[in-house]
Amino acid sequence: MDRELILALSGVTCRYPGAPRDILQGVSLEVRAGEFHAVLGPNGSGKTTLVRTALGLVRPVEGHADILGRPASAWSRRELARVVGVLPQREDNLFPQRVRETVLLGRYPHLSLLGGMRATDRAAVERALVACDARDLADRWLWTLSGGEYQRIRLARALAQEPRLLVLDEPTASLDLRHEMELFELVRALVDAQGLAVLMITHHVNLAARFADRVLLLAEGRSAGAGAPGEVLTRETAERVFAWPVSIAPFEGRPQMIPLRPRKDAP
Amino acid sequence: MKYVLLAAVAVVTLAGAVLLGAAEVPLRDMVASPIVWQLRLPRAVLAFLVGGALGVSGVGLQALVRNPLADPFLLGLSGGAGLGAVVAIAFDLPGPWALPLAAFVGAVGAMALVYRLGLMGGAELDPRILLLGGVAVGAFAGAITTAIVSLAQATELRNAFLWLWGGFSGASWTTVLVMVVYAPLPLAVLAAAARPLDLLALGEEPAQYLGADVRRLKRLVYLAASLLTAAAVAVAGVIGFVGLVVPHVCRLVWGRLHRTLFPTAFLAGGILLVAADTLARTVVAPRELPVGIVTALLGVPVFAFLLRRWTVS
Repeated sequence: MDRELILALSGVTCRYPGAPRDILQGVSLEVRAGEFHAVLGPNGSGKTTLVRTALGLVRPVEGHADILGRPASAWSRRELARVVGVLPQREDNLFPQRVRETVLLGRYPHLSLLGGMRATDRAAVERALVACDARDLADRWLWTLSGGEYQRIRLARALAQEPRLLVLDEPTASLDLRHEMELFELVRALVDAQGLAVLMITHHVNLAARFADRVLLLAEGRSAGAGAPGEVLTRETAERVFAWPVSIAPFEGRPQMIPLRPRKDAP
Repeated sequence: MKYVLLAAVAVVTLAGAVLLGAAEVPLRDMVASPIVWQLRLPRAVLAFLVGGALGVSGVGLQALVRNPLADPFLLGLSGGAGLGAVVAIAFDLPGPWALPLAAFVGAVGAMALVYRLGLMGGAELDPRILLLGGVAVGAFAGAITTAIVSLAQATELRNAFLWLWGGFSGASWTTVLVMVVYAPLPLAVLAAAARPLDLLALGEEPAQYLGADVRRLKRLVYLAASLLTAAAVAVAGVIGFVGLVVPHVCRLVWGRLHRTLFPTAFLAGGILLVAADTLARTVVAPRELPVGIVTALLGVPVFAFLLRRWTVS
């Protein structure tokens, strides 16, 4: 099984001027086509910096970040947007707009300066809407959508870019159980059906363990474990990284983490 | 379709501006009348170009600072231009171009200062600092302007005051030519930025992920929109509300995409200012109101209505 290498970080170290310690230290990661990677770790462990480095917005002081064999910082934003689709944690909606208009923004990196939308662009938008089960929403105003629908639309916009790699930064942070599960199922289906490479930052250790092929566990800017969920998420590692007693129980062959309540009556 | 409609309204408005005026010009003499050819027509065309420039500049700056209440004059340009103009008036600088040139220099000076302030945090232009810096620079220039005006002679004072409220009484084919030569470059820069500006509405980081070179975009849009406003203020003084209200009206009617917004704002801004100028020189004829007063009287109620809509929805 030799899938194409999409994103490669090797020995990445990042430092912000004046910061007491390195934000990232010697972190490596390889994401191949058709793989779902999850990045886990407590707040401030360097997850977002890792993603920003992978996307060429932060330059590592040591090591390197390559996308399709080329340094991430050497890509122009436009070229990169044709290869990588991103769902950032936050974005604004300054002016009211409709769902289809929003998804069309995903075609912008493919359009020429003077040219308009071509048939191929419209087809890509339709495909993205269908893939995210959002065709019925196409004519709705964005502000009328629920949180789960909104995330699906943003995913559709990223898919309209026709990327090889999809990067998601805590995409289920404010979703209820059903919408959260639906989003994970959708991302997993895209990975399996289209051979998309996915890199997802999430706080949901258990969902990551069930859906992702590989996880990277970050602690204070260093890798505390990388590989299949079953290898990485052991009790010792999880307790050290998350600084809380846990129990690990297998479910459908994947580890599930249960946080424990500290015993007050212990001797 | 919308362009045909706007173009038709523009033609009607321009025709109205040529037909109406303090002096009675019989219809059959129109074609030969020097009043029409040397006064009304260049004045109407200049008002159209200035209104268009302010409309487009307003669209660009609202997208840049990502604040729907931004106005081309909010970024300190009016203060700088006013200071330049008042200096020219107070020191009685010679020549017909002294006043517009001094106003232009003042506006560009304020622009450069605000730009420098906006870059204080590093290599990235910070829109919030642009806004705050614009207000601060404008207030500073305004203070100096008021100091000069308060020490000036009564007639000078009146001239300065009238200039600050804007007007087209100095319009000629030469000023029209200056605008026609000057405006296309900044207009083209803004037009080329139309799609990236759509993306910028999502925020700077999401815009980058969708392919916009945000750093370059912000600099280009700020410079182009400011230079456009500086030219408008140099030939016509400070005319408020066109650059604020026109972008909103166009956005409400034709949507938020800049490929449509720029051309519609140009046409609508031109129409609004030609109409306002026609009113300014006819309602109290043979005297004239400064056109800025008319745009403010028309613009403030429209703006209040928009604000209400905004807060209700």
